[in-house]
Amino acid sequence: MSTVSSTIPEAKPNYLTSDFSIKSWLLTTDHKRIGILYLISISLMFLLGGILAGLIRLELLTPNGDVFQPENYNKIFTMHGVVMIFFFLIPSIPATLGNFLIPLMIGARDLAFPRINLLSWYIYLVGGILTLSAMALGGVDTGWTFYTPYSSTYSNTYVMLTALGVFVSGFSSILTGLNFIVTIHRMRAPGLTWFRLPLFVWAHYATSLIMILATPVVAVTILLVALERGLRIGFFDPALGGDPVLFQHLFWFYSHPAVYIMILPGMGVQSELIAAMSRKKIFGYEVVAISSVAIAVIGFLVWGHHMFVASQSWYAGLVFSFLSFLVAVPSAIKVFNWTATLFRGSNAFLTPMLYAYGFIGLFTVGGLTGLFLSSMGLDVHMHDTYFVVAHFHYVMVGGAIMAFLGGLHFWWPKMTGRMYYEPLARLSAVLVFIGFNLTFFPQFILGYLGMPRRYHAYPEEFQVLNVLSTAGATVLAIGYLFPATYLIYSLFKGEKAPANPWNAKGLEWEQAPSPPPTFNFDHTPEVHEPAYAYAPEKEKEVVHA
Amino acid sequence: MSTHSVTAANPAAVLHHFDTAEQQRDAATLGMWLFLITEVMFFGGFFTAYICYRHYYYDAFVAASHTLNIPLGAFNTAVLICSSLTMAMAVHSAQLGQRKKIVTYLLLTMLLGATFLGVKTIEYADKFEHHHVPGPNFSFPGVENAQLFFSLYFGMTGLHAAHMVVGIGVMIPLLLAAMKGKYTSDYYTPVENFGLYWHFVDIIWIFLFPLLYLLGGHLTPGGGAQH
Repeated sequence: MSTVSSTIPEAKPNYLTSDFSIKSWLLTTDHKRIGILYLISISLMFLLGGILAGLIRLELLTPNGDVFQPENYNKIFTMHGVVMIFFFLIPSIPATLGNFLIPLMIGARDLAFPRINLLSWYIYLVGGILTLSAMALGGVDTGWTFYTPYSSTYSNTYVMLTALGVFVSGFSSILTGLNFIVTIHRMRAPGLTWFRLPLFVWAHYATSLIMILATPVVAVTILLVALERGLRIGFFDPALGGDPVLFQHLFWFYSHPAVYIMILPGMGVQSELIAAMSRKKIFGYEVVAISSVAIAVIGFLVWGHHMFVASQSWYAGLVFSFLSFLVAVPSAIKVFNWTATLFRGSNAFLTPMLYAYGFIGLFTVGGLTGLFLSSMGLDVHMHDTYFVVAHFHYVMVGGAIMAFLGGLHFWWPKMTGRMYYEPLARLSAVLVFIGFNLTFFPQFILGYLGMPRRYHAYPEEFQVLNVLSTAGATVLAIGYLFPATYLIYSLFKGEKAPANPWNAKGLEWEQAPSPPPTFNFDHTPEVHEPAYAYAPEKEKEVVHA
Repeated sequence: MSTHSVTAANPAAVLHHFDTAEQQRDAATLGMWLFLITEVMFFGGFFTAYICYRHYYYDAFVAASHTLNIPLGAFNTAVLICSSLTMAMAVHSAQLGQRKKIVTYLLLTMLLGATFLGVKTIEYADKFEHHHVPGPNFSFPGVENAQLFFSLYFGMTGLHAAHMVVGIGVMIPLLLAAMKGKYTSDYYTPVENFGLYWHFVDIIWIFLFPLLYLLGGHLTPGGGAQH
């Protein structure tokens, strides 16, 4: 930090240098500082979830369950899921990049409710501590899905404490979503109409809709499980006439839309990266904007595809299958339009763009295999196999985390005022891509051949593919450790970043210095052009022709 | 900071990131409405469970519903509707900046809310006496699965009562601020937005009362399976 402080006398104070006390961080209401607090917290959670994933791969290196007791293995994959989904993926892009960038992108001085924003971080922290303490006390073995009646009646692990942590952290994402919606509605700069908004903002608007509509449902579902487990008030217990499948309906009514909470912000990042790095307006901007909202809406109507083999009626299955195919349409629109944007673009091969290319490929594989699973006939064969595991890791890790890393690199100069070391960053982007595919592609084959998920042992014929997967996980881990190292290094030794290192469009690049001052802009910016107004000469030609 | 213009009548009340008092008020009100939407979804889980189990165990629900005290429930409904009226009057007084009236109406609203909770306690005590509280000591001779009705009854009315308790708690700082004359015709957002919350809690009860107390009331318990 000494190098930073030595430059203060010349430079105007920015949000990082305005105050150095710990209190100024812990009681900050600055959206940028809260974004940084979130970034630190979710990175620690990602590290923890990653270590747990490593333990899973270690156990699956050999067919026999020789590293962990079966019950411990159950706890490990449960905690991996809980930590990664509720404490990393859901807050990952919205609470860090979204928090930092939305006010900057719309020309506002802060989010609409700065204190509620800080509150959401503290709530996240409390939820995280509760869940981690459950882990420290002995863990939980229900799987991240907490299916009843196992979770409500039979499991004698720390279900309540873990569920309480998830319940509490849900309110942090509700508050974030609420804050974003109000901010986007009420705080846009003069001239910034809805169809001039960056697609990142559109994607976060759609994400926020899901956050405020779906998250309360999982909260009440957890409350019902807690009442049943704690007070023996049966809602799902078959012995008292309850229906365990009702739990699955309520749970997936949240948890399916929740996968869109995880991927939609990534799609927003993707649009920004591709526009800036191909120097073109996103092809079919309006359609891409609306497709985010379409995903949010249709995403609420597909939860039944998790219950094709769980006593759901044939007719309901048919409808849910059809709707699940339908939700693929807006996702496909996005992928096609990104590709069309790349066509004849001045495509750069910088690190953020490498992640963006990776996202397109991996998300396409993840999305298309989702169609396999939403076909009822195929799902009977592949349900609860490694095919499902591979499918959602292609979307979550190959999509959401690739976008998160791409976005983190892209906006790193803006957030920290420092440039990272490009050659190493490119190398790690390639490592992540290779490691990822090596880890998860064999799992498609394993699942197709019939290896079920959540078992600590497997027949010997599956070993080769499992060894490949574990080897890939090692490469992936190295690929993730690189950015952690060189990004932190860049904070101290990195080259100073100019206001707009990528020569990109957008208020955060054009109107604010790197890093921005506490209130973002010296003057409230006015917007006179659409988003991504790259190559204006060409557009004029089209208009006159 | 110095460059943005503050056009509000009461510039001190406009936070740094808003341009005008109107923008600030709009944002707060929109935020409150969104919060109420999350509350609707929160209660939605209970309503979904109610719909499913009422469909599964129609007779049990009719029989169990007959044990609820309709006069007390109706009295409580009237109390809550009156509290919504006093709340609306409090908001109206706040908009006119009538300090004493805000205080009076808020106190009346608190009193009516407390009355509701008192009556609810009497009803809960009655359930304890008759072993209608779900759990190991539950008994409802002759009817299977009646416990689910009471689980939902206690879950739904309990969650509703918790919202009432929170509401009465939030009214205390509002009351103190009103006494100090903080609310004027230029600034009354907290009272107005709390009013939205109070009406929401009232509306939840308007749904709970018929669902739990009245539906199936015309059928004979135990023998009314004519659906």
